[in-house]
Amino acid sequence: MISTIIDRLLLSIPVLLGVLLFGFLLLQLVPGDPARVVAGPSAAPDVVEALRVQMGLDQPILVQFWAYMERMFTGDLGRSMISNKEVTAELAAAIGPTVELMLACMIWSIPLGIAMGTMAAVKRGSIVDRAIMAISVAGVSLPIFFVGLLAVQYLGVLWLNLPFIGRGGPLWSYDGLRHMILPALSLGAILVGPVARMTRSSVLEVLKLDHVRTARAKGLSERSVILRHGLRNALIPVVTLIGLQAGYLLGGAVVTETIFSWPGIGRLVVGAILSSDFTVAQGAILVFALGFIAINLIVDVLYSLLDPRVRK
Amino acid sequence: MTAKASSPAVDPDAPLLEVKDLKVHFHTETGVFRAVDGVSFSVRRGATLGIVGESGCGKSVTSLGIMRLIAQPPGRYAGGEVKFEGRDILKISEREMRGLRGGRMGMIFQEPMTSLNPVYTIGDQIIESLRAHGVADRKAARKRAIEMLDLVKLPSPETRVDDFPHQLSGGQRQRAMIALALVNDPELLIADEPTTALDVTVQAQILSLMRDLRERTGAAIVLITHDLGVVAETCDDVVVMYAGQVVEKAPVAELFSGPQHPYTLGLMAAVPRLDAQTDRLETIPGSVPPPYLQLPGCRFASRCPLATDHCRAAPPPLREIGPGRSVACWRAPIEEIAA
Ligand SMILES: Nc1ncnc2c1ncn2[C@@H]1O[C@H](COP(=O)(O)OP(=O)(O)OP(=O)(O)O)[C@@H](O)[C@H]1O
Ligand SMILES: [Mg+2]
Repeated sequence: MISTIIDRLLLSIPVLLGVLLFGFLLLQLVPGDPARVVAGPSAAPDVVEALRVQMGLDQPILVQFWAYMERMFTGDLGRSMISNKEVTAELAAAIGPTVELMLACMIWSIPLGIAMGTMAAVKRGSIVDRAIMAISVAGVSLPIFFVGLLAVQYLGVLWLNLPFIGRGGPLWSYDGLRHMILPALSLGAILVGPVARMTRSSVLEVLKLDHVRTARAKGLSERSVILRHGLRNALIPVVTLIGLQAGYLLGGAVVTETIFSWPGIGRLVVGAILSSDFTVAQGAILVFALGFIAINLIVDVLYSLLDPRVRK
Repeated sequence: MTAKASSPAVDPDAPLLEVKDLKVHFHTETGVFRAVDGVSFSVRRGATLGIVGESGCGKSVTSLGIMRLIAQPPGRYAGGEVKFEGRDILKISEREMRGLRGGRMGMIFQEPMTSLNPVYTIGDQIIESLRAHGVADRKAARKRAIEMLDLVKLPSPETRVDDFPHQLSGGQRQRAMIALALVNDPELLIADEPTTALDVTVQAQILSLMRDLRERTGAAIVLITHDLGVVAETCDDVVVMYAGQVVEKAPVAELFSGPQHPYTLGLMAAVPRLDAQTDRLETIPGSVPPPYLQLPGCRFASRCPLATDHCRAAPPPLREIGPGRSVACWRAPIEEIAA
């Protein structure tokens, strides 16, 4: 178990380096001059020039890269080009809401997807199966912004009067919980479908296996056969799928946070890009990369918990 | 659960299992597949019945049919009875049937590599069966599981009980399977080719283990195999199946001393013999007619050296030709065909 984690951490080093390089190149490639952004549109050319020297932008690119890596490794992500706040402080404030949103979305959508998929597999070919699969396909094909807007329109405005702007307070407060509902619903909606479909096909696959016949021959109830010997084994590929969906989910978080003005990393990055705040954008991308690595690490740990054959 | 106590006082000479005219059909795209088409046999208490026949003749379907484990659809019980201790278990409720499965009827499968669930320890899988059959105490169940693993001669059972299937060899897994099947003291053990997937030395060990366990537990065994050598060593009675039907039934000694059906003769010729001078395996020429073909006559006629027009026109009934002996052949009894 520990060795699995260490293996994975070592494997993520090259990924991290790649992300750092990408973040650096991003700054080089985007149109617009960082010094000009910091100085403001009305600043005189010599002020901009002085700033450029101060920011090290006149140095050769390799020197700049080295300085950048040094800063990154000491945890110095620089200051926002717009607000002049520490980027780390901005990220720290935004990370909590994003983690909350992700957890709130997964906590309902993954169990629901698994339950729907299992149900569909057990009732294969029936009306129930077809209805569940139709819902999943709809969930997979509707873009998240559309689902979000529908949620705002119907649950927020017309039917339930649920709040749809901002976070409304800490998660454990009543108001915070109410504010969480619509964003978590919209983001989770993109996960239910893939999880349900994967669970269905995986359960169907497992139920054909010999050990399921053994379970029946032991005299277990059909319920135990399906849950303990079908679903339990079928979860292994489902967990893998959830890991693969992590990137999709992070992307979805950006859209969701923007729709619901959720004060997380996603909204931060969109705002930063729109205002050419490159340092903040860079920091946020780094956080996303770390998040992606973390999710996959959790998936690997879960995977080895679920499958004794990969345990060492 | 309290099945043993509540079973009616039955005549001890009555057969433990009586299969009468069992028909199991599969509904497939190509038509109705009569995998088991009117099979009858019975098993005495404590006795071992062998079922032999070529691949695809319906042995596994028969054994799953007895356990009522045929998936429906595509399968269907198209007729017949399976009487266990005098009761037709095709008619009892699913709940009652579950009490029998893994309880008084145990089953071992052909594929030890895949027949155990890879995500649970073998101990947990045995304990699960005990708990499904009324052993409430986990500690007691675990102790019993270790005893069973010891009984099937798995080395160091106290630690092996916590092993996962992938940590055991094929032979060890089959031992664990046998422990699992026997843990609730079944009266009937159905073993569907328990040694086919194992290598020869392990095969011999598993068979001797099964003979040993039969002595110790008194369980009747239905041993399915396509190996006549195994039958000769292990069984009391033999049923020979061909294309979903029984073609010959006999006590083991009589079958080997005087086979009555040309198909049985062919099977015997196909057994490789250590003392034989040739290194070529005799096989029966031709192939099994597809079971969805409704032939008017004997299904073996197209491959039979003795077939007559009558054989091709009318199906031979299974008729009794001696105590415990029956054969489905118009030409039987055959005296001198070996020549
Ligand atoms: N689920 C199923 N659907 C359709 N046909 C089936 C099904 N199960 C078995 N059959 C058919 O029934 C026939 C008998 O199969 P069975 O498994 O009983 O053979 P067998 O005698 O056990 O052979 P082997 O020695 O290879 O194990 C086969 O021709 C097989 O194709
Ligand atoms: Mg078989």
